[in-house]
Amino acid sequence: MILIEMIGILLGGGILCWLTAGWNSAYVKWIAMTAVAADLLIAAVLFAHFSAGGMPQTATAPTAMSWLVDYRRSWIPSLGVSLHLSMDGLSLLLVLLTFFLGLLSVLSSWREIKERQGFYYFNLLWTLGGIAGVFLATDLFLFYFFWEVMLVPMYLLILLWGDSNRRYAAYKFFLFTQAGGLLMLLSILALYFIHGQQGGGYSFDYSDLLHTTPPPAVARWILMGFLAAFAVKLPVVPFHNWLPDAHSEAPTAGSLILAGLLLKTGAYGMIRFILPFFPQASAAIAPWAMGFGVIGILYGALLAFAQTDLKRLIAYTSVSHMGFVLLGIFAMREMALHGVVLQLLAHGISTGALFAVAGMIKQRLHTRDIGQMGGLWKAMPSMGGMAMIFAMASLGLPLLGNFIAEFLVLLGAFPQHVTLVVIASTGLVFSALYSLRMMTKVFFGPAVAPAAVDIGGSGALRDMDGREWLILGLLCIGIVLLGLFPQPIIDMIKEQMLRL
Amino acid sequence: MNELAFIPALPLLGFLVLSLGGRSLSRNAVACVGAGSVCIAAGLTITLCVQYLQGGNAARVDEWVAWRWFASGPLAVPVGFRVDALSLVFMFIITFVGALIHLYSTAFMRDDRGYARFFACMNLFVCAMLILVMAGNLVLLYLGWEGVGLCSYLLIGFWYETPANCAAANKAFLITRIGDTALLIGMFLLFRELGTFDIAGILQASPGHFAAASPIITAIALLFLAGGMGKSAQLPLQTWLPDAMAGPSPVSALIHAATMVTAGVYLIARMHVLFQLSPAAMTVTALIGALTLLVAGCSAMVQTDIKRILAYSTISQLGYMFLALGVGAWSAAIFHFFTHAFFKALLFLAAGAVIEALHHEHNVFRMGGLRHRLPIVYWTFLAGAASLAALPLVTAGFFSKDQILGYALSAEDGNAVLWLSGIAGALITAFYSTRLILVVFWGEAKTPVTRVPGRWITVPLIILAFFSITAGFLEWPRDLLDVQLFSGLLRGVLPATTTRYQGEGGAQLTAVIATLAGIFTGFQLYYRRPALLQRWRRGRLTAAGRQFLLDGWKFDVVYDRFIVRPFVYLTRVNRSDLFDSLYGALVRAMQEGNRQLSRTQNGSLRWYAVGVLVGMLYIIALLL
Repeated sequence: MILIEMIGILLGGGILCWLTAGWNSAYVKWIAMTAVAADLLIAAVLFAHFSAGGMPQTATAPTAMSWLVDYRRSWIPSLGVSLHLSMDGLSLLLVLLTFFLGLLSVLSSWREIKERQGFYYFNLLWTLGGIAGVFLATDLFLFYFFWEVMLVPMYLLILLWGDSNRRYAAYKFFLFTQAGGLLMLLSILALYFIHGQQGGGYSFDYSDLLHTTPPPAVARWILMGFLAAFAVKLPVVPFHNWLPDAHSEAPTAGSLILAGLLLKTGAYGMIRFILPFFPQASAAIAPWAMGFGVIGILYGALLAFAQTDLKRLIAYTSVSHMGFVLLGIFAMREMALHGVVLQLLAHGISTGALFAVAGMIKQRLHTRDIGQMGGLWKAMPSMGGMAMIFAMASLGLPLLGNFIAEFLVLLGAFPQHVTLVVIASTGLVFSALYSLRMMTKVFFGPAVAPAAVDIGGSGALRDMDGREWLILGLLCIGIVLLGLFPQPIIDMIKEQMLRL
Repeated sequence: MNELAFIPALPLLGFLVLSLGGRSLSRNAVACVGAGSVCIAAGLTITLCVQYLQGGNAARVDEWVAWRWFASGPLAVPVGFRVDALSLVFMFIITFVGALIHLYSTAFMRDDRGYARFFACMNLFVCAMLILVMAGNLVLLYLGWEGVGLCSYLLIGFWYETPANCAAANKAFLITRIGDTALLIGMFLLFRELGTFDIAGILQASPGHFAAASPIITAIALLFLAGGMGKSAQLPLQTWLPDAMAGPSPVSALIHAATMVTAGVYLIARMHVLFQLSPAAMTVTALIGALTLLVAGCSAMVQTDIKRILAYSTISQLGYMFLALGVGAWSAAIFHFFTHAFFKALLFLAAGAVIEALHHEHNVFRMGGLRHRLPIVYWTFLAGAASLAALPLVTAGFFSKDQILGYALSAEDGNAVLWLSGIAGALITAFYSTRLILVVFWGEAKTPVTRVPGRWITVPLIILAFFSITAGFLEWPRDLLDVQLFSGLLRGVLPATTTRYQGEGGAQLTAVIATLAGIFTGFQLYYRRPALLQRWRRGRLTAAGRQFLLDGWKFDVVYDRFIVRPFVYLTRVNRSDLFDSLYGALVRAMQEGNRQLSRTQNGSLRWYAVGVLVGMLYIIALLL
């Protein structure tokens, strides 16, 4: 029941925001914040409960699904659709990340969004609700439903509150993800019918479909359908082109959610569906997938190095980091998968933080062009220090979360494919290249050109205020904790990864 | 909580206080926190050293596990520290020399805007370096390894408003990162073989697991060597160190002379078992060391920037340490690290005092005559330079370098080529040390002294000068005196060097002669007969040769042309993403199709009639 409440709070909160806006728009952001904070609290309590030894014991049947929380209510029984939400360690962690970043995205919209606040927060909360739903749904019909719920409001966020080129970016985002999504729908239906024909009854339920064994040739095609949706979301090069545009045109909160959460649904889908549904077919494509992961690591890094638009630069670093995720997932080793989950969390925090910083700079300088920045450290040492921490996280400095994640991915994948991992490791040099270039161009060097400062008038280059401290401070604590004490996270997902 | 924990924790605490609250603290408070934390850490380390020496147990090991860092599958990595005599030598240098440099900095950096930022970074560096040498497993070592790289980057680019400084900082980080990545791959390989990152476990299991000289152990050892080469600025990854002099002088003294650049030496000494198993890797190490000491030494002879002279000299001295490691003279390498830390830190600090006194003048040929105006700096610098030149018997540098040269010939892996390059290096070193003294402190004054260094600057110099002279007395050549305290301390950690024969007399004498010849040549060229030098400067070939050495053998030019520029060009070309144009083409094709099809919808009834007719005919044709 708690699961449906979590999603319900967000969806209900969103509607409330929209309704309230007509009456008094000052309350809207408070409502939004309360809704997300309430969810964060619930998720945190669940995390504390389960990591303190509340794990159900499943030693008797290691193959059976063992959810931490399970909720099931029939919905459309004639089609075999049910309202089935379940939570295991992986989804708990990702839901926790969703609400954490959700709260920060509300905070970072606080001053940035002045128009149509009600509808804005409605979309924001519905996107978050959709993402939470995707992480929790264990009925494939429901999963697809949430997949769309997170897509449409996000499309509107970019289209209505985005930057100058928002229309192009929004269309591109919609077309890419929708094309992938439809292919996935076909695959879901194919699986549904095969399961029915094999005499298992027509059902969209995860645990039912898990035991479907389509003929190998068919399995490969169904896998491709799922992969299409998840590869676009992750994104896998060459399906990444929606990402730089969407990230750079979206409002700050949008970029934060896109990078921090939306990309994770792709990885989540691969871990939750592709690997367990099609073990043989996945093993067959694994070397290819790992190869694409490595291409992503290098290609993303090289493009990040060349960008002149700050948000675009950060967007391409996501492409690079998600390459590690793909590499790790298809290494199909316990250690690499632990690394993948840590990478999902660490990347969500570190890249989210970089987008938040980019948003703050844009509010001050009214530009995203790093050619017009420089020497900002002098006026904003605190923000510079924060940006330095997250740039270092991004280049994989130990002590910060991303290092352990990438280390485990590479170490876990190493015995599987030595050459690929060696090539992937050179990505560490390239990540240093783009991170340092970014820091140098934005914060170091001679002070910023006077023309850029004048736009905002005096005081444009003020250092962080309390709200910004709160946002970056929380992210900073998150990334350091992840770097110093990753073990509770690994323990949380250990059992589940063994099953894969 | 183990007492070991306090040693790195104190500088860490200093860093946290200074980075979070540094701007609201007064300068005196910043100095107290910044220097105080390292001084207390030094005190604790010295207490620990005394305990070790009194215990008399060379194999003593202190271990402490702070917490379980991460574990996954067969991997378990604790935040665990393991201190033995080798770690202790490094800890002593890091905290003791570090403390002196911090004290010096309290006065040296006094007027800088980023006073708190400076001490925050310095404290973080000391903490990271201590973690590096105290780490009980390779992952934690790597954490310290990257941490010192970060601090080095932050401090080279300390004066960030000058683009050249930022470029130097980036260069340092990137080139060392190349080495770091090699080290990481080496670690993966090692883990695949042994299934552990625990250093003691690796050293114990390696001889049984790897066949001597097998390709896999050679690969691992070479990857570790590459990691060390990046951090320790060995050929061909040495180009970042001369540029790193863009940082403040205390930074050059602490990071780019005394401690961080010796991390590579530490790593190889720590993992000596792996290298012993691979003769090929040993040979490569020795050769790289020999080559580096010559190449960098030659460049040091012609530089005009006082700090660049010292930087090339540092690379060259690190080359000696690698040479020693390569011939299996483990404790000799560490001993040279030990003495080098004192005299090179001293030289950099004294150079900093000179630069400040002459209002930021770096060019040695615009200095001169400082002997009388800065007497304390002169005498201490002289002690440091003499030690660098390895002036026989009265300086620390002599004892450590003599040992390396001796082993280069007599050790099992040593040979005449290595020895000869070492001798040539000794001559070169003595030459440029003499040149430095004569040009900077003798002759006539060229720039007025604007500022005389105060007590906070001179006292650390005097202390370091004292150690630059006396630190060598811990270890005498066997034929002179039977005092081998230093190698005795390391006996439990590092194996003794196996030699092919005893007796070093003739070789030793050659080394002494080389040193004296170097000093004599310098004296002749820069004091007695400067006309000869003038003639060389005018000669076409000699001038070209000088320029070649001045540019550091054109390594930067080659890298720039063959790596940096092609790379930048390639990324620029693809800035707007190849795949994007692919999708763009798809969109355009769609639009074109749309346009063509819309043309058929032109509202003309006759067109539609024809269309319907053609369609009907087609269907009929199909049916028939």
